[in-house]
Amino acid sequence: MLATRLFRLVGNRNLSTSICLRGGHGVAKVEDYTLPAYFDRRESPLPDIKFVQQLSPEQKSLKEKEKGSWATLSKEEKIALYRISFKESFAEMDKGTGEWKSVVAGIFFFIGFTGLVVLWQRKYVYGDVPHTFDPEYKQKEVQRMLDMRINPVEGFSAKWDYENNAWKK
Amino acid sequence: SGSISSDCLWSFSSTASVAARSYSHGKQETDEEFDARWVTYFSKPDIDAWELRKGMNTLIGYDLVPEPKILEAALRACRRLNDLASAIRILEAVKDKAGPHKEIYPYVLQELRPALNELGIPTPEELDIDKA
Repeated sequence: MLATRLFRLVGNRNLSTSICLRGGHGVAKVEDYTLPAYFDRRESPLPDIKFVQQLSPEQKSLKEKEKGSWATLSKEEKIALYRISFKESFAEMDKGTGEWKSVVAGIFFFIGFTGLVVLWQRKYVYGDVPHTFDPEYKQKEVQRMLDMRINPVEGFSAKWDYENNAWKK
Repeated sequence: SGSISSDCLWSFSSTASVAARSYSHGKQETDEEFDARWVTYFSKPDIDAWELRKGMNTLIGYDLVPEPKILEAALRACRRLNDLASAIRILEAVKDKAGPHKEIYPYVLQELRPALNELGIPTPEELDIDKA
Protein backbone atom coordinates (compact mmCIF):
# COMPACT_ATOMS: atom_id res chain seq x y z
CA MET A 1 0.00 0.00 0.00
CA LEU A 2 2.80 2.37 0.85
CA ALA A 3 4.51 1.10 -2.30
CA THR A 4 1.66 1.97 -4.64
CA ARG A 5 1.46 5.51 -3.26
CA LEU A 6 5.15 6.03 -3.96
CA PHE A 7 4.68 4.46 -7.41
CA ARG A 8 2.29 7.24 -8.37
CA LEU A 9 4.73 9.87 -7.05
CA VAL A 10 7.70 8.60 -9.00
CA GLY A 11 5.74 8.18 -12.20
CA ASN A 12 5.66 5.55 -14.84
CA ARG A 13 8.93 3.85 -13.86
CA ASN A 14 9.52 0.18 -13.36
CA LEU A 15 8.27 -0.51 -9.86
CA SER A 16 11.18 -2.74 -8.98
CA THR A 17 13.65 0.10 -9.37
CA SER A 18 11.81 2.83 -7.50
CA ILE A 19 11.17 1.36 -4.06
CA CYS A 20 13.82 0.94 -1.44
CA LEU A 21 12.58 0.15 2.03
CA ARG A 22 14.88 0.40 5.02
CA GLY A 23 14.03 -1.75 7.99
CA GLY A 24 10.50 -0.40 8.38
CA HIS A 25 11.68 3.14 9.17
CA GLY A 26 10.34 4.61 5.93
CA VAL A 27 11.31 4.88 2.31
CA ALA A 28 14.71 6.18 1.25
CA LYS A 29 14.81 8.95 -1.29
CA VAL A 30 15.39 7.56 -4.77
CA GLU A 31 18.29 9.33 -6.46
CA ASP A 32 17.91 10.10 -10.14
CA TYR A 33 21.22 8.58 -11.11
CA THR A 34 20.23 5.23 -9.63
CA LEU A 35 17.29 4.85 -11.98
CA PRO A 36 17.66 3.35 -15.47
CA ALA A 37 18.76 6.01 -17.92
CA TYR A 38 18.03 6.54 -21.58
CA PHE A 39 20.89 6.63 -24.04
CA ASP A 40 21.25 6.22 -27.80
CA ARG A 41 24.01 3.70 -28.49
CA ARG A 42 24.71 1.76 -31.67
CA GLU A 43 25.71 -1.31 -29.71
CA SER A 44 22.61 -1.28 -27.49
CA PRO A 45 19.69 -0.44 -29.78
CA LEU A 46 16.87 -0.86 -27.24
CA PRO A 47 17.49 1.30 -24.14
CA ASP A 48 16.12 0.43 -20.70
CA ILE A 49 13.44 3.10 -20.76
CA LYS A 50 11.42 4.97 -23.34
CA PHE A 51 12.65 8.43 -24.18
CA VAL A 52 9.37 10.20 -23.41
CA GLN A 53 8.17 9.26 -19.94
CA GLN A 54 5.20 11.59 -19.52
CA LEU A 55 2.81 11.09 -22.43
CA SER A 56 0.45 13.78 -23.60
CA PRO A 57 -3.19 12.74 -24.17
CA GLU A 58 -2.62 12.46 -27.93
CA GLN A 59 0.40 10.26 -27.32
CA LYS A 60 -1.58 8.12 -24.90
CA SER A 61 -4.35 7.59 -27.45
CA LEU A 62 -1.72 6.81 -30.09
CA LYS A 63 -0.29 4.17 -27.78
CA GLU A 64 -3.78 2.67 -27.53
CA LYS A 65 -4.08 2.67 -31.31
CA GLU A 66 -0.73 0.88 -31.46
CA LYS A 67 -2.38 -2.15 -29.84
CA GLY A 68 -4.44 -2.63 -33.00
CA SER A 69 -3.25 -3.27 -36.54
CA TRP A 70 -0.15 -1.29 -37.43
CA ALA A 71 -1.20 -1.08 -41.06
CA THR A 72 -3.91 1.41 -40.08
CA LEU A 73 -1.36 3.86 -38.68
CA SER A 74 -0.36 6.78 -40.86
CA LYS A 75 3.28 7.58 -41.60
CA GLU A 76 3.22 10.50 -39.16
CA GLU A 77 1.74 8.31 -36.44
CA LYS A 78 4.45 5.71 -36.94
CA ILE A 79 7.14 8.40 -36.72
CA ALA A 80 5.45 9.80 -33.59
CA LEU A 81 5.51 6.34 -31.97
CA TYR A 82 9.18 6.01 -32.83
CA ARG A 83 9.96 9.40 -31.30
CA ILE A 84 8.12 8.52 -28.09
CA SER A 85 10.41 5.56 -27.56
CA PHE A 86 13.62 6.94 -28.97
CA LYS A 87 15.39 10.30 -28.98
CA GLU A 88 17.60 10.04 -32.06
CA SER A 89 17.50 7.62 -34.96
CA PHE A 90 20.63 5.68 -35.85
CA ALA A 91 21.40 8.13 -38.64
CA GLU A 92 21.08 11.07 -36.26
CA MET A 93 23.16 9.53 -33.48
CA ASP A 94 25.92 8.50 -35.89
CA LYS A 95 26.33 11.73 -37.77
CA GLY A 96 29.47 13.74 -37.21
CA THR A 97 29.50 17.00 -35.32
CA GLY A 98 31.73 19.02 -37.63
CA GLU A 99 33.90 19.69 -34.61
CA TRP A 100 36.98 19.04 -36.71
CA LYS A 101 36.38 22.30 -38.57
CA SER A 102 36.60 24.22 -35.29
CA VAL A 103 39.76 22.34 -34.39
CA VAL A 104 41.50 23.12 -37.71
CA ALA A 105 40.36 26.74 -37.52
CA GLY A 106 41.81 26.98 -34.02
CA ILE A 107 45.08 25.48 -35.21
CA PHE A 108 45.42 28.02 -38.02
CA PHE A 109 44.45 30.87 -35.72
CA PHE A 110 47.05 30.10 -33.11
CA ILE A 111 49.75 29.48 -35.72
CA GLY A 112 48.91 32.87 -37.18
CA PHE A 113 49.02 34.49 -33.76
CA THR A 114 52.40 32.90 -33.12
CA GLY A 115 53.60 34.38 -36.40
CA LEU A 116 52.59 37.83 -35.22
CA VAL A 117 54.43 37.29 -31.96
CA VAL A 118 57.58 36.26 -33.88
CA LEU A 119 57.44 39.38 -36.08
CA TRP A 120 56.99 41.64 -33.06
CA GLN A 121 59.92 39.93 -31.33
CA ARG A 122 62.14 40.48 -34.33
CA LYS A 123 61.39 44.17 -34.28
CA TYR A 124 61.31 44.96 -30.59
CA VAL A 125 63.20 42.26 -28.74
CA TYR A 126 66.18 41.08 -30.75
CA GLY A 127 69.25 43.30 -31.10
CA ASP A 128 71.27 43.64 -34.30
CA VAL A 129 72.80 40.59 -35.92
CA PRO A 130 76.62 40.27 -35.68
CA HIS A 131 78.78 42.15 -38.20
CA THR A 132 79.67 38.86 -39.80
CA PHE A 133 76.29 39.04 -41.59
CA ASP A 134 77.19 42.26 -43.46
CA PRO A 135 77.28 41.82 -47.26
CA GLU A 136 80.88 43.01 -47.47
CA TYR A 137 81.97 40.57 -44.82
CA LYS A 138 80.10 37.74 -46.56
CA GLN A 139 81.87 38.58 -49.79
CA LYS A 140 85.21 38.30 -48.08
CA GLU A 141 84.14 34.94 -46.64
CA VAL A 142 83.25 33.56 -50.09
CA GLN A 143 86.55 34.77 -51.51
CA ARG A 144 88.40 33.05 -48.66
CA MET A 145 86.53 29.79 -49.32
CA LEU A 146 87.38 29.95 -53.01
CA ASP A 147 91.02 30.68 -52.21
CA MET A 148 91.07 27.62 -49.95
CA ARG A 149 89.49 25.52 -52.78
CA ILE A 150 86.59 24.34 -50.57
CA ASN A 151 85.04 21.19 -52.19
CA PRO A 152 86.89 21.64 -55.52
CA VAL A 153 85.67 18.43 -57.14
CA GLU A 154 81.91 18.47 -56.88
CA GLY A 155 80.93 21.16 -54.39
CA PHE A 156 81.58 24.84 -53.76
CA SER A 157 84.81 25.71 -55.64
CA ALA A 158 83.97 23.31 -58.44
CA LYS A 159 81.24 25.75 -59.45
CA TRP A 160 83.66 28.70 -59.67
CA ASP A 161 85.39 29.50 -62.91
CA TYR A 162 88.89 30.55 -61.81
CA GLU A 163 89.92 31.61 -65.34
CA ASN A 164 87.15 34.17 -65.71
CA ASN A 165 86.73 34.97 -62.03
CA ALA A 166 82.99 34.26 -62.10
CA TRP A 167 80.55 31.52 -61.23
CA LYS A 168 80.35 28.81 -63.86
CA LYS A 169 77.33 29.09 -66.08
CA SER B 1 4.78 -5.71 -16.75
CA GLY B 2 6.45 -3.38 -14.28
CA SER B 3 6.10 -5.85 -11.43
CA ILE B 4 8.99 -7.09 -9.33
CA SER B 5 9.14 -10.35 -11.26
CA SER B 6 12.22 -12.44 -10.86
CA ASP B 7 11.10 -15.15 -13.25
CA CYS B 8 12.18 -13.11 -16.28
CA LEU B 9 15.75 -13.16 -14.95
CA TRP B 10 15.82 -16.94 -14.91
CA SER B 11 14.01 -17.64 -18.17
CA PHE B 12 16.91 -16.24 -20.24
CA SER B 13 19.52 -18.52 -18.71
CA SER B 14 17.23 -21.54 -18.98
CA THR B 15 17.08 -21.23 -22.79
CA ALA B 16 20.81 -20.54 -23.19
CA SER B 17 22.66 -23.69 -24.16
CA VAL B 18 25.95 -24.61 -22.54
CA ALA B 19 27.58 -24.97 -25.94
CA ALA B 20 27.48 -21.18 -26.33
CA ARG B 21 30.37 -20.74 -23.91
CA SER B 22 33.76 -20.29 -25.48
CA TYR B 23 35.66 -23.36 -24.33
CA SER B 24 38.43 -24.58 -26.58
CA HIS B 25 37.26 -28.16 -25.95
CA GLY B 26 33.73 -29.49 -26.00
CA LYS B 27 31.05 -29.39 -28.63
CA GLN B 28 30.97 -26.24 -30.75
CA GLU B 29 27.52 -24.87 -31.50
CA THR B 30 26.69 -24.94 -35.20
CA ASP B 31 25.18 -21.95 -36.98
CA GLU B 32 21.86 -23.76 -37.25
CA GLU B 33 21.82 -24.44 -33.51
CA PHE B 34 22.64 -20.79 -32.81
CA ASP B 35 19.85 -19.59 -35.10
CA ALA B 36 17.35 -22.09 -33.67
CA ARG B 37 18.18 -21.05 -30.12
CA TRP B 38 17.53 -17.40 -30.86
CA VAL B 39 14.37 -18.06 -32.86
CA THR B 40 13.08 -20.05 -29.90
CA TYR B 41 14.00 -17.20 -27.56
CA PHE B 42 12.05 -14.57 -29.46
CA SER B 43 9.18 -16.94 -30.24
CA LYS B 44 8.20 -17.28 -26.59
CA PRO B 45 4.48 -16.43 -26.64
CA ASP B 46 4.52 -14.45 -23.38
CA ILE B 47 7.89 -12.78 -23.91
CA ASP B 48 8.08 -9.53 -21.97
CA ALA B 49 9.58 -6.19 -22.87
CA TRP B 50 12.70 -6.72 -20.77
CA GLU B 51 13.43 -10.05 -22.47
CA LEU B 52 12.98 -8.48 -25.89
CA ARG B 53 15.41 -5.66 -25.03
CA LYS B 54 17.90 -8.01 -23.41
CA GLY B 55 17.73 -10.42 -26.34
CA MET B 56 18.19 -7.73 -28.98
CA ASN B 57 20.99 -5.92 -27.18
CA THR B 58 22.81 -9.21 -26.64
CA LEU B 59 22.28 -10.32 -30.23
CA ILE B 60 23.58 -7.02 -31.57
CA GLY B 61 26.65 -7.45 -29.39
CA TYR B 62 27.71 -10.55 -31.33
CA ASP B 63 30.07 -10.29 -34.28
CA LEU B 64 27.43 -11.20 -36.87
CA VAL B 65 24.33 -9.93 -38.63
CA PRO B 66 21.38 -12.00 -37.37
CA GLU B 67 19.64 -14.30 -39.82
CA PRO B 68 16.32 -13.02 -41.18
CA LYS B 69 14.45 -15.82 -39.40
CA ILE B 70 15.75 -14.62 -36.03
CA LEU B 71 14.79 -11.06 -36.90
CA GLU B 72 11.33 -12.16 -38.01
CA ALA B 73 10.81 -13.83 -34.63
CA ALA B 74 11.99 -10.64 -32.92
CA LEU B 75 9.63 -8.48 -35.01
CA ARG B 76 6.72 -10.78 -34.17
CA ALA B 77 7.69 -10.45 -30.51
CA CYS B 78 7.45 -6.66 -30.93
CA ARG B 79 3.96 -7.19 -32.36
CA ARG B 80 2.92 -9.25 -29.35
CA LEU B 81 4.25 -6.48 -27.13
CA ASN B 82 2.50 -3.76 -29.19
CA ASP B 83 5.86 -2.02 -29.72
CA LEU B 84 6.18 -0.66 -33.26
CA ALA B 85 9.05 1.66 -32.34
CA SER B 86 11.28 -1.23 -31.29
CA ALA B 87 10.49 -3.07 -34.52
CA ILE B 88 11.73 -0.10 -36.56
CA ARG B 89 14.75 0.23 -34.26
CA ILE B 90 15.65 -3.42 -34.89
CA LEU B 91 15.74 -2.79 -38.65
CA GLU B 92 17.98 0.24 -38.08
CA ALA B 93 20.30 -1.83 -35.91
CA VAL B 94 20.56 -4.55 -38.59
CA LYS B 95 21.58 -2.02 -41.21
CA ASP B 96 24.12 -0.52 -38.83
CA LYS B 97 25.45 -3.97 -37.95
CA ALA B 98 26.15 -4.79 -41.60
CA GLY B 99 28.65 -1.95 -41.64
CA PRO B 100 30.51 -1.61 -44.95
CA HIS B 101 28.75 -4.67 -46.44
CA LYS B 102 26.02 -2.72 -48.13
CA GLU B 103 24.41 -5.73 -49.79
CA ILE B 104 23.33 -7.39 -46.53
CA TYR B 105 20.58 -4.99 -45.46
CA PRO B 106 18.63 -5.08 -48.77
CA TYR B 107 18.85 -8.89 -48.64
CA VAL B 108 17.49 -8.97 -45.09
CA LEU B 109 14.65 -6.63 -46.03
CA GLN B 110 13.87 -8.80 -49.03
CA GLU B 111 13.63 -11.88 -46.82
CA LEU B 112 11.56 -10.02 -44.23
CA ARG B 113 9.23 -8.37 -46.76
CA PRO B 114 6.32 -10.82 -46.22
CA ALA B 115 6.49 -10.37 -42.43
CA LEU B 116 6.86 -6.59 -42.73
CA ASN B 117 3.80 -6.39 -44.96
CA GLU B 118 1.79 -8.74 -42.74
CA LEU B 119 2.57 -6.82 -39.56
CA GLY B 120 2.49 -3.37 -41.13
CA ILE B 121 6.04 -2.51 -40.06
CA PRO B 122 7.58 0.33 -42.08
CA THR B 123 11.28 0.40 -42.87
CA PRO B 124 13.30 3.37 -41.58
CA GLU B 125 13.69 4.46 -45.21
CA GLU B 126 9.92 4.62 -45.68
CA LEU B 127 9.70 6.93 -42.64
CA ASP B 128 12.66 9.06 -43.79
CA ILE B 129 14.48 8.57 -40.48
CA ASP B 130 17.43 6.92 -42.19
CA LYS B 131 18.87 10.35 -42.95
CA ALA B 132 20.14 12.68 -40.27
